[in-house]
Amino acid sequence: MKFLCVDCDQQMAFGERQLPGDGTLAATFKCPKCGRVVAMLTNPMETQLVSSLGVEIGGRTVPEQPLQTVRTMVSTGRDDAFEEGSREQGAGSSTRWSAEAQERLTRVPNFVRGMVKKIYADYARERGIPEITPAVMDTARTELGLEAM
Amino acid sequence: MRTYHQLTDPDRSGLPQQIGAQRGRVAQRLAGVGRVVAVMSGKGGVGKSYVTANLARALARGGRQVGVLDADLNGPTIPRLLGIDHSPLPTPENGIEPATGADGVKCISMDLLLGDGQPLAFKGPEAESFVWRGAMEASALREFLGDVAWGKLDILLLDLPPGMQRYIELCDILGNAPAVLTVTIPTPESRDAVRRAMRAAVGRGSELLGIVENMVGADFAGTAAHELSTEFGIPVLARVPFHPALSMWDGIRIPQSAS
Repeated sequence: MKFLCVDCDQQMAFGERQLPGDGTLAATFKCPKCGRVVAMLTNPMETQLVSSLGVEIGGRTVPEQPLQTVRTMVSTGRDDAFEEGSREQGAGSSTRWSAEAQERLTRVPNFVRGMVKKIYADYARERGIPEITPAVMDTARTELGLEAM
Repeated sequence: MRTYHQLTDPDRSGLPQQIGAQRGRVAQRLAGVGRVVAVMSGKGGVGKSYVTANLARALARGGRQVGVLDADLNGPTIPRLLGIDHSPLPTPENGIEPATGADGVKCISMDLLLGDGQPLAFKGPEAESFVWRGAMEASALREFLGDVAWGKLDILLLDLPPGMQRYIELCDILGNAPAVLTVTIPTPESRDAVRRAMRAAVGRGSELLGIVENMVGADFAGTAAHELSTEFGIPVLARVPFHPALSMWDGIRIPQSAS
């Protein structure tokens, strides 16, 4: 999908994507010439159709995670379906989490928690962030478009 | 006003690329799998899962590395048939580790992921959910194929639910039609339903490997396997009674693919 600024005859550039959490999706586009901004607002059905294909409007900000559609879209998953790490490696991780960040992580449903934790850990490691705090999580959520997680 | 194709800036979403990457993951994952065989039937209740699980165990006892993908997302039974409990599945860097059942058979199933007694339900608007539910299930199947760290397998058996929907999704995800092992019971009703499924599979380009006739005995009269074997020119691999001996499963030989 592309957006055209008719007055300027310019393709509008993707701005940001938001997932308000009500099953809808919002994406903004800006004309590089006149600066006009428009927002595309999808209804829950359209959003669901996109989600069901396992693709992301606006492109992927993080690599697709294993069983991502199952873990993020199944509403009847068991809490202890997954454990972190491999049987050989165990659940060890070199990333440090502040107590507040750990507490916030406990609010993420178990079914998807390991996946979300890995995304934050990868984000921190790639940027040389020694400790994950709630502020880091907030920044990552915005930068990576993780509003739905 | 210009049209979509007259705009030169690339589509940031890159949906075709995302779909292509999904297919690439499946192909890469299955590169370590010797054979992919779909166990299917146009008829429900003929014992596809029972045959799949026991055949997988027999192949494993014969020294093969075997995996079973339980593609019956709404009525998964393979873990119980393989004696697999609900221990959490490890999530190493390279995917999800499958569970391991009797005789070392590896397995992934929605049963391992759902809460006890819970139906498979997806988040999203409840109204008109049939519109997107099929696509959601196809995505789950794709992820089972592409995200499970099967490792090296000699054979991956796919236990399909009744009907043709999952088979068609499978063909699309794999990019080709898998070899098919057909399960029927002896009755004419089963024969007719299975025949339709086999014709559809042939139409899609699947190689029919053979037929397993299940529940053979006085209670189910008929010659479905014989008739289908004659019609399609494929062997009856086994005729399984209600209480088969272990040696019966060990004696089944899946033909090599013609290709």
